[in-house]
Amino acid sequence: MAKTHVTMTINGKPMEGLVEPRTLLVHFIRDIAGLTGTHIGCETSHCGACTVDLNGQSVKSCTMFAVQAEGAELLTIEGIANSDGTLHALQQGFREMHGLQCGFCTPGMIVRAYRLLQENPNPTEAEIRMGISGNLCRCTGYQNIVSSIQHAAASTNGGAMREAAE
Amino acid sequence: MNDMVATADERADKLQGMGCSRKRVEDVRFTQGRGNYVDDMKLPGMLYGDFVRSSYAHARIGKIDASKAQAIPGVLAVLTAADLAPLKLHWMPTLAGDVQMVLADGKVLFQNQEIAFVVAESREAAADAAELVEVEYEELEPLVDPFKAMDANAPVLREDLEGKETGAHGPRKHANHIFEWAVGDREATDLAFRNAEVSIKELISYQRVHPSPLETCQCVASFDKVRGELTLWGTFQAPHVVRTVAAILSGIPEHRIHVIAPDIGGGFGNKVGVYPGYVCSVVASIVTGRPVKWVEDRIENLSATSFARDYHMTTEIAATKSGKVTGLRVHVLADHGAFDACADPSKWPAGFFNIVTGSYDFPTASCAVDGVYTNKAPGGVAYRCSFRVTEAAYCIERGMDILADRLGMDPAELRLKNFIRREQFPYQSALGWEYDSGDYATALRQAMEKTDYAGLRAEQKARQEAFRRGETRELMGIGVAFFTEIVGAGPSKNCDILGIAMFDSCEIRIHPTGAAIARMGTKSQGQGHETTYAQIIATEIGIPADDIMVEEGNTDTAPYGLGTYGSRSTPVAGAAIATAARKIKAKAQMIAAWLMEVHHDDVEFDIDRFRVKGLPERFKTMKEIAWAAYNAVPPGLEPGLEAVSYYDPPNMTYPFGAYICVMDIDADTGVAKVRRFYALDDCGTRINPLIIEGQVHGGLTEAFGIAMGQEIAYDEIGNVKGASFMDYFLPTAVETPHWETDFTVTPSPHHPIGAKGVGESPNVGGVPAFSNAVNDAFAFLGNTHIQMPHDAWRVWRAAQRLGA
Repeated sequence: MAKTHVTMTINGKPMEGLVEPRTLLVHFIRDIAGLTGTHIGCETSHCGACTVDLNGQSVKSCTMFAVQAEGAELLTIEGIANSDGTLHALQQGFREMHGLQCGFCTPGMIVRAYRLLQENPNPTEAEIRMGISGNLCRCTGYQNIVSSIQHAAASTNGGAMREAAE
Repeated sequence: MNDMVATADERADKLQGMGCSRKRVEDVRFTQGRGNYVDDMKLPGMLYGDFVRSSYAHARIGKIDASKAQAIPGVLAVLTAADLAPLKLHWMPTLAGDVQMVLADGKVLFQNQEIAFVVAESREAAADAAELVEVEYEELEPLVDPFKAMDANAPVLREDLEGKETGAHGPRKHANHIFEWAVGDREATDLAFRNAEVSIKELISYQRVHPSPLETCQCVASFDKVRGELTLWGTFQAPHVVRTVAAILSGIPEHRIHVIAPDIGGGFGNKVGVYPGYVCSVVASIVTGRPVKWVEDRIENLSATSFARDYHMTTEIAATKSGKVTGLRVHVLADHGAFDACADPSKWPAGFFNIVTGSYDFPTASCAVDGVYTNKAPGGVAYRCSFRVTEAAYCIERGMDILADRLGMDPAELRLKNFIRREQFPYQSALGWEYDSGDYATALRQAMEKTDYAGLRAEQKARQEAFRRGETRELMGIGVAFFTEIVGAGPSKNCDILGIAMFDSCEIRIHPTGAAIARMGTKSQGQGHETTYAQIIATEIGIPADDIMVEEGNTDTAPYGLGTYGSRSTPVAGAAIATAARKIKAKAQMIAAWLMEVHHDDVEFDIDRFRVKGLPERFKTMKEIAWAAYNAVPPGLEPGLEAVSYYDPPNMTYPFGAYICVMDIDADTGVAKVRRFYALDDCGTRINPLIIEGQVHGGLTEAFGIAMGQEIAYDEIGNVKGASFMDYFLPTAVETPHWETDFTVTPSPHHPIGAKGVGESPNVGGVPAFSNAVNDAFAFLGNTHIQMPHDAWRVWRAAQRLGA
């Protein structure tokens, strides 16, 4: 099959490659860019393990072609840490509040939560639950993920966690 | 020196040993996308395998034409049963004593069964080629309903077993019959029922579900022809067993097989067995001389590798009018699919289902299980439970609620009246188990108090009256469940897999600087072993958990163990860790005494050091002792400081818990909302409360999914209906309730540190709690039992049927 040249920026670095038109973005990220932190859990856009940030939006990279990301700015789990090398508040929050177990959903969950907090820096519990409803976790029962995101929001805002809306 | 002035508490805190909520060490890599899962592997020259799968549930296979597939650029091979037959690898043994086709041999027995394995340079080429393999099918009558499996005119599924009147577990009654397993005193039980003042009988079904970890099953096989060695990386919950099976099947000597389980993205029982994908990848690597990766997609995972449950339990309880149980009689029809690939210890074809007497003092009981073949995927794995224990817990906990309803008694009161009392432990159950310890009444009373159970019942009564008056359309259900698990398989006297006793192991090496590496025969899939195992060692030996590296999953370096499933890691490997640590401690004591020039009986262990008895200022820290072990050991003692322990548990452990679920159900839509869920768990000694709580949250969420919507359903011709996340219900953060956790501590008397295991308890106790809540909501309208799953459609139908 004829190949197409694609160029995009991933975690601030230019990345290019030759792909088939049908190559999924997630395969470009994992196999060509070599960034294996983004995972594949279902290939039908239900589980969210492949979530990345594309031009400021959360997208499921298993349901996009690499060629559709031509020229895009991507952020994956490998680019989430602070520029000085310290862990991002979300990465710290997930460890602090036991927001992960097997770790397979974690990169997608953190990248999704990153965008959620960009859009809503101080979400309620209900807003967090709705905000991560496109990401499945089989281990944690979500409760500690919610706490992790609240922890990150509080530490970023320098304030206390917002009370649950319910 | 700080150590001189630090208080005992400060020294203990520094260790981060047992009982503290140590932050997980695994998280550092996982939160940065630096985990190492199988699909992350990329080897030079690696090929990709993909399956051609059956369109039909039951069909004879004619010609398989792979010529078009082989014409696709990049396709190296298309393997069929005919290619595997000369190697005798077209069939493989299952863990349950049956055999299973690796690739379809003459016929297919379930939809999506593996027919051919395409090997290509890229995953896309493999998938394209698989589409082009042409298979001739001659459709046969499918057998979908297990209740019709033993009909006289039922189609015969397993022609390979023709004439075999005896299977791995005794006589077969029909061509589609696998085994009958009977325990208990049938005669005494029948008598109890003849004399019963009250009895109940109900068919309680536990539907077919699937563990569905977020990472599917996958492997990379790499055969080195020059060295004659096979390396197999895979999602293996039991890597050593996989190595032994690989050696037996392939004929490659076991020391030339390197099985490695890297990070695993959840297991829940799905990753215990050996699947055709592993066998085909190994063969393909041997044939091509190149590494071969196989990664199943989600549809393949849900439809072909390992279902769980599918137990149809006819449950009878005999009792007095005052509510004292006098007998339990259960018959189970077990749908095992096309091959008996249950992951149970060899002698237990129905697992530990005979824990079905639960937490109650039944004077007599009997139980029989009939396993049958149907045209469905093989499996029968322990999905986040010890073997068939969640089926048993669901059976008895629904049964007790049905009995309470019949007696007009409160379900909690009925349980309190029939509990095995604290002073009865160790308790011999009517079906053959020796329960180690328990304090059930205290746990249930604590749960009732914390939830204001009496207040909830009063509210429910008022709600029912309002409903009858037409003032509300919302019903209220209160689900009570009290479970007793049986985990930690298991004692060699009754537990083995393929003849290998179900011990587990630990090896600890203390390095000269006092840092350590420890390896176990288990394999974490998210349970946090790297964190908790180090805590056990820290407390036992007195070196900080942060100085201990825990490593699992590499069969070349780890001592042999039976793996992680059935909540056996803490009960079995945890005990091996403690006993290995104690061997090291004994040697450390000798060294310390020698260093301080006193008799070893005159020194005692003190948190992180040995001190002279009565002279606490004279001591040697473990760090000092570790250094001395490499340069100043007492005469006659070997240098070094390491130990290995293989632990054969004397008994299982019996965690228990009390769960209460409060639900509001809309009678017009069937939508059930969990208002409150309280879970009290007693897992004996608690190693890491943070991780225990996380395990409970996760197990409850899986239980919620099972009870409220999960089902791997088939239509009447054997098409699997729910094999994607579009159809198979996995709860999101929105549906998932808030969990309240609580605990009591009743240590196991026979376990070195008193721990019982916890990972699976919430699934075992959670399912009946949810189901009892749904059923309880409708009880006042005359409901006896509504089958799971309780999705809105089915609940609404039940409401309609009951005239709600």
